[in-house]
Amino acid sequence: MLRPIPDTTIFDLRLSRRGYRLNQLCAALCSPEEREAFKRDEQAFMARFNLTAEEKDLILKRDFQGLIEAGCNIYFLLKIGSATGNGLYRMGAQMRGESYEAFLATRKIRGAV
Amino acid sequence: MARIVGGLGLSHVPSIGPVVDRGRTQEPAWKPLFDAYVPVREWLAKMKPDVAIVVYNDHAADFTFDKYPTFALGVAERYVIGDEGFGTRALPEVTGDAELSTHLAQALIYEHEFDLTLCQKIAVEHGFLVPMNLCFAHGPSGWPVRAIPLQVNVIQHPLPTARRCYRLGQALRAAVETYPEDLKIVVMGTGGMSHQLQGKRFGYMNEKFDQWFLDQLESDPEALARITHQEIMEQAGAEAVELIMWLTMRGAVSPRARRVHRNYYAPMTTGMGLITFEG
Repeated sequence: MLRPIPDTTIFDLRLSRRGYRLNQLCAALCSPEEREAFKRDEQAFMARFNLTAEEKDLILKRDFQGLIEAGCNIYFLLKIGSATGNGLYRMGAQMRGESYEAFLATRKIRGAV
Repeated sequence: MARIVGGLGLSHVPSIGPVVDRGRTQEPAWKPLFDAYVPVREWLAKMKPDVAIVVYNDHAADFTFDKYPTFALGVAERYVIGDEGFGTRALPEVTGDAELSTHLAQALIYEHEFDLTLCQKIAVEHGFLVPMNLCFAHGPSGWPVRAIPLQVNVIQHPLPTARRCYRLGQALRAAVETYPEDLKIVVMGTGGMSHQLQGKRFGYMNEKFDQWFLDQLESDPEALARITHQEIMEQAGAEAVELIMWLTMRGAVSPRARRVHRNYYAPMTTGMGLITFEG
């Protein structure tokens, strides 16, 4: 059995069940038409996935760590990131509680993006 | 008789794809990575493999949590390029080898008792395509090798154990050796090395662990296969657990295989390892 790890979310089946609808929304973003629909009207798009008010709020606030804790898998969350102009490193900086620039300053070769 | 002539452990970091597509491989930040593949490509060109078996994981381009197989083998004639949320890369479709896949499915399920999910349709994405890009140049009409995807669940725990992945590689080797056609096959274990992509620990890397993993993979894979998911995630970050796929590659080459290339580059958030074996 897995034990908790500090500052880490382990995506297990229990969390996957919790985040199932969020992850279905993310998976839907793997088509250009759906990405356009999301960008056009996030509320209408979210309405198709039976999300709770709290889950919708996490998306609207771009609260990436909140979404991870709500069961959104990081590889699925990347689709929301991409559709909202938040690449992996921007999402990561937010999850660390840093500015994007402050996060980049911690990296060895910042040009490798 | 078909045989496995080589194995590669290598990165599938997604940002490598656009770097290839936009011709940025010689930029200072990326050159060290691509330079390491120059001798690997020469080695592959000399070996002329007919088929690459790519052990990878999908990242929601095709598999969702409706149904999430532990091990899934492609058994199709061809594999389309998937859209994983960022658009479809302008790459040629991948030609498979459905006859070999069918043989592998039968041998792995009947003789070696690995109960694989068999897929007649897989859209491949960066987990599969970045390693292909690193090793092979594609033309407008295709790739210089046929390729077979072998998808592993490395994202939704419970995952298969490292040892199970290693045993699958050993079974793959035995299964290949009972295929009558004279084919040369390489196996790629993709992903890793140390990285964590969520939480306060986002961006965590551990080169010491990664170098130790490479050492062990070379010298004592049986012992390495006893590593737990917990140990990998604690020492190398939660997303580093995908390194278990490298053990499938190591199981598929001979225990006495010679290590040919080795490289390590960790510019941003992921340890990009490279190791190759012959024999």
